[in-house]
Amino acid sequence: MALEVPADLEKEIDERITHYPESLRSAVLPLLHLMQEHFGYISEDAVVWVAEKLELEPIRVLEVVTFYPGFRQKQVGKHHIRVCRTLSCAMAGSAELMDEFCKKTGIDRSSVSHHDPIAVSEDGKYSIEFAECLAGCGTGPVCMVNDDFHELVGAEKMEEILKNCD
Amino acid sequence: MAKVKYIAGKEPHAKEHRMIFKNVDREGWDVSLKTYEKEGGYKQLAKALKMEPKAVQDEVKAAGLRGRGGAGFPTGVKWGFVPPNNTKPVYLICNADESEPGTFKDRYIIHQDPHQLIEGLIISAYAVGAHLAYIYIREEFPEGAKILEAAIEEARKKKYIGKNVLGSGFELEVYVHRGAGAYICGEETGLIESLEGKRPYPRIKPPYFPAAMGLYLCPTIVNNVESLCHVKHIIDMGATAYGKLGTPRNTGTRILCVSGDVQRPGYYEIQVGKVTMGELINDMCGGMKKGRKLKAVIPGGSSSKILRADEKFTLKKGDKDVVIGLKDIPMDFDSLMACGSMAGSGGVIVLDDSRAISWVLNNLNTFYAHESCGQCTPCREGSAWMKKITDRIVSGNASPEDVDTLESVAYNIDGKTICAFGEACSWPTEAMVAKFRDELIGDTDGKNANRPVSKETQQAAKNLKTLNT
Repeated sequence: MALEVPADLEKEIDERITHYPESLRSAVLPLLHLMQEHFGYISEDAVVWVAEKLELEPIRVLEVVTFYPGFRQKQVGKHHIRVCRTLSCAMAGSAELMDEFCKKTGIDRSSVSHHDPIAVSEDGKYSIEFAECLAGCGTGPVCMVNDDFHELVGAEKMEEILKNCD
Repeated sequence: MAKVKYIAGKEPHAKEHRMIFKNVDREGWDVSLKTYEKEGGYKQLAKALKMEPKAVQDEVKAAGLRGRGGAGFPTGVKWGFVPPNNTKPVYLICNADESEPGTFKDRYIIHQDPHQLIEGLIISAYAVGAHLAYIYIREEFPEGAKILEAAIEEARKKKYIGKNVLGSGFELEVYVHRGAGAYICGEETGLIESLEGKRPYPRIKPPYFPAAMGLYLCPTIVNNVESLCHVKHIIDMGATAYGKLGTPRNTGTRILCVSGDVQRPGYYEIQVGKVTMGELINDMCGGMKKGRKLKAVIPGGSSSKILRADEKFTLKKGDKDVVIGLKDIPMDFDSLMACGSMAGSGGVIVLDDSRAISWVLNNLNTFYAHESCGQCTPCREGSAWMKKITDRIVSGNASPEDVDTLESVAYNIDGKTICAFGEACSWPTEAMVAKFRDELIGDTDGKNANRPVSKETQQAAKNLKTLNT
């Protein structure tokens, strides 16, 4: 089934393309971001759609999707949590934070791997993954929930974050 | 000018010198153009536009500004690499892909003082003759991207950006380009590939600088967020006054990002070289946590080589060699380099005696294994091998010879790859094995020592066996 791109999204896409007067191909990342924001992930149809829009072979788009950790090929939860895994946050307890998040949201991370790092709760409300350094090292542990950044996330703060997801 | 007041609890330390971070966590400050203009915002742009572009370049060169992204290369010199007889368009890219573990300074500039960055960027674009500039911002700063786009829009309305900047005839367009979560995009040629819509595989050198051949094969200047902010202040103060800040060859201020086992982690803006490691840790950051001792410091982002608390360093002072301890190292580019490490991105990670080096190294190796772009075999395979070996050490399943293997893998990456990621991923291992070999061997199982290994490791394994039996 072909992808249905609403008119206002296409308008935004057309505007973005104008930011790259020298090369249509430069618009691959911004278009994929817009696709992901709208659909929640990047489907095969979205890859083909972006490729056609930018006059590229679909593989030129797919190889970008598969390279960058910021693009995902499966649906995530309504609230997507990213916990920073790297050194300063790890020293501040980000592994424990990850465990607590999983316990509270009922997410089972046993099947995650390098190529499939995201785990989703059964009801689809939450998903979680470890992210590499989120540049909040002075106030670790830090995490992101969708686009919101949270620092010094102790047990209490975590409860509050989850409560705000309801 | 009215005295600057900061949010309670966020006041600068007496040893700080706030310039770039003057407005960070400041009371009554916001990201709007109105607020920025009230403090003389965009006045430096007007001043620069009255100068010749070459004069702006010379000013930055004379000020001695060194890039704040990691390599510490002189910004003005980098600008000068645009070929003199160039007829192609020139591009300026702001590297806002801040992702070196331990570094978080650009986050504050982007989220709290976006116009400072934009003003520095416009002045720099004028200096290098760029009419199109991109701010390449990491995906993990979605709010930052929105703030920058709104700020650019405000600046465009006031004619700081556009067809005829402040009526000077200079034309500039600025766009924000979001990355997608890849550390390698901080490497400038990888960043350019990414901006061209491709996988961010760094380009083969030479040409060493994208100023010769960059975006769309045109001359391109890539500068760090903090570096571009400094340009504004150089125009404001003049090169001579700016050059008096800091120490010779290490001029200006720089933001140190401290994380780890100190009482008060956070950002500290200092005059380069005017504060020592000891002052930073003990005075500014309030010392170590209660009952803990300093074990080691990673002084310039996770890639920089670790320094032991009890290490001695030889620095040149005039013609004489002086031997100093870790706490006496001045926090500047040259001193940290002379100590065998680097000032890098300014991310200082402090470790106390509760931290196991094997655990620290494994955490970083996991990072580098994840972030290697995979283009060069030594790095792609080696970074994953280093992670696997430290996985084994951390789980107690390694043998002493694994430490030798680990070291040899690191030295087989270092210097053998297209970009500096090879060094970045091998330096932590090289330094931690060299400086904490005994501790690493101690985390292995001596009973597995069944193969000829290096002299150092043999000795350490022997000691371990004696300990085990």
